[in-house]
Amino acid sequence: MEFKVPTMAELMAAGEEPEILFWVGCAGSYDERAQKITRDICKILHHVGMKYAVLGTEESCTGDPAKRAGNEFLFQMQAMTNIEVLNAYNIKKIVTGCPHCFNTIKNEYPGLGGTYEVIHHTQLIQDLINDGKLKAEGGESFKGKKITYHDPCYLGRGNGIYEAPRKALEVLDAQLVEMKRCKSNGLCCGAGGAQMFKEPEKGNKDINIERIEEALETNPQVIAAGCPFCMTMLSDGIKLKDKEKEVKVLDIAEITARANGL
Amino acid sequence: MVAQILFLVFTLAAIALFTVNFRKIIRNIRLGKAVDRNDQPQKRLITMIKVAFGQSKMVVRPIPAFLHFFVYVGFVIINIEVLEIMIDGLFGTHRIFHGLGGLYDFLIGSFEILALTVWLSCVIFFIRRNILKLKRFRGTEMTAWPKSDANYILITEVLLMSAFLLMNAADAKLQTLGVDHYITAGSFPISQYLQALLPSSENALIMLERGCWWFHILGILAFLNYLPYSKHFHILFAFPNTYFSNLEPKGEFTNMASVTNEVKAMLDPSFVPAETEPGKFGAKDVTDLSWVNLMNAYTCTECGRCTSVCPANITGKLLSPRKIMMDTRDRITEVGKNIDKHGAEHQDGKSLLDDYITREEIWACTSCNACVQACPVNIDPLQIIMELRRFAVMEESQAAASINAMMGNIENNQAPWKYSPADRFNWAEGK
Repeated sequence: MEFKVPTMAELMAAGEEPEILFWVGCAGSYDERAQKITRDICKILHHVGMKYAVLGTEESCTGDPAKRAGNEFLFQMQAMTNIEVLNAYNIKKIVTGCPHCFNTIKNEYPGLGGTYEVIHHTQLIQDLINDGKLKAEGGESFKGKKITYHDPCYLGRGNGIYEAPRKALEVLDAQLVEMKRCKSNGLCCGAGGAQMFKEPEKGNKDINIERIEEALETNPQVIAAGCPFCMTMLSDGIKLKDKEKEVKVLDIAEITARANGL
Repeated sequence: MVAQILFLVFTLAAIALFTVNFRKIIRNIRLGKAVDRNDQPQKRLITMIKVAFGQSKMVVRPIPAFLHFFVYVGFVIINIEVLEIMIDGLFGTHRIFHGLGGLYDFLIGSFEILALTVWLSCVIFFIRRNILKLKRFRGTEMTAWPKSDANYILITEVLLMSAFLLMNAADAKLQTLGVDHYITAGSFPISQYLQALLPSSENALIMLERGCWWFHILGILAFLNYLPYSKHFHILFAFPNTYFSNLEPKGEFTNMASVTNEVKAMLDPSFVPAETEPGKFGAKDVTDLSWVNLMNAYTCTECGRCTSVCPANITGKLLSPRKIMMDTRDRITEVGKNIDKHGAEHQDGKSLLDDYITREEIWACTSCNACVQACPVNIDPLQIIMELRRFAVMEESQAAASINAMMGNIENNQAPWKYSPADRFNWAEGK
């Protein structure tokens, strides 16, 4: 990267506090495809001059997959450890790169002693656009391109956030097309509820295939996502359908970064 | 006089029987674990008014929403007529409210129009279920009883409305014949067309009018007593069910307080947990679920909107959220029967998990909340699935090897995959 990503430890040593903590998440940290998105979120933060930091190696799984799998012990162990770190750094505001981390920290941490203002990166992008700090210029043009947005369950139905990601796409002057099942009726990519980490039960189809077929019905050039797990499921679907050349699966952060030439 | 006494006896017996069965259901619901749903009364009231009274979640599917609205409004409003029937029945009067004059004519006229719309809607519903055989009304859990239950309800409503209209037609004809007792009252915009089909003999008309009158009221009393056995119970429970529904974001799952104590004690040896009742983690049987889960089960009218949007079910997996609710109701009914027969301590060796709901079902869930979103009366099948998973994982350590591996990774590497925690920040070195 062309700039250094600041960590909380460094800021603290310098006696500074960030405006916002960027919670990267496990997928964003380790998954190669998601790492790109993580870097793009940093590029956006850097581009608008927002004072931010990450936890770096001090970050740890939120416990979400353990909780959805039924292991409340492991979840609360993770949560309390994380809350200790976050509170020690006096964190007030958090942006996450993953709807699962977002949901867990926002909704499930307060009851365990961790109360923060939590937003998802698509909300951050929307805020920056609204404040005039972020535009879609100086980079790749998405003008007139057909984009369909896949609602992640934990952002959409889970937390009622349907508009922010769409607002982030609207500035592109692209052609937004909705899938038949969208917003509160959106179809899951198949990864939620710890499914990401196991084989699916016996059935006649994989869920991501059902979803990708629906997405392809809109004849898109880009399928926009806002979740690293959806990203994996949708990308796998596109590969299986042999449509990698025609259709790109991109995170809203990647699209924003590209549109601004970051 | 005999008729009045008979009427009183039937009415009291019907109300008594209903009360007994209704109280059993309340007792069964109370077998569930405590959960506080008395916060934010104003928001709860608004939710109930919007979702139950206003049927705001029905509009997603316009055709059934439209038909259901007629049946719902018809059912509620035509019940004003039942009040008159009650008074007439008890005091031997006839059309006691006729003194309302023009308003009475308007009311009876409106009831007739509503009766026709209810009649037509129920016939269309019947056709959708039995002739068009819509996919939503099929599925493995839609066995003989649920199918018959739905048809009994529709047939009863069609018969009740037919009796109401026939009764009015006979009454109106008797009024024009100037028969004693049949005072001129009411307007009959629909039943006037049935008059031509009726016999002209005075006695036959009186028999028909009385017959329909008795059929109508006895039908309603019988129907009332059918409710506790039927999916149709939703006409009562939709209201408390929406009132006590979850107001928090759907993505938020409850934090188990019992676990919090243990985790705190583990992380901080000086921590002394507050006294909590020992219990199992998660749910194996219905009595491990919360009373809200159990009320949900009694409220479910098996419409299948949940199952039709479930990603697992759509792709051919065994999981069906409707079945989760039906199984829960069947099991709590069975537990209740056991208590009636053998006392509260009786164990029948069965449980919701395994005897009703299989592991394959609960592990197929993506926790996407589509079922919760789709339910027109705010039922939450996901919570039951999660409680069953909690039992499987925390009490039995039974999960797929890959799930255990994921949890092991979180424990050891602070990530669900087997990567070194030291490499967590390596992404910053990429381009």
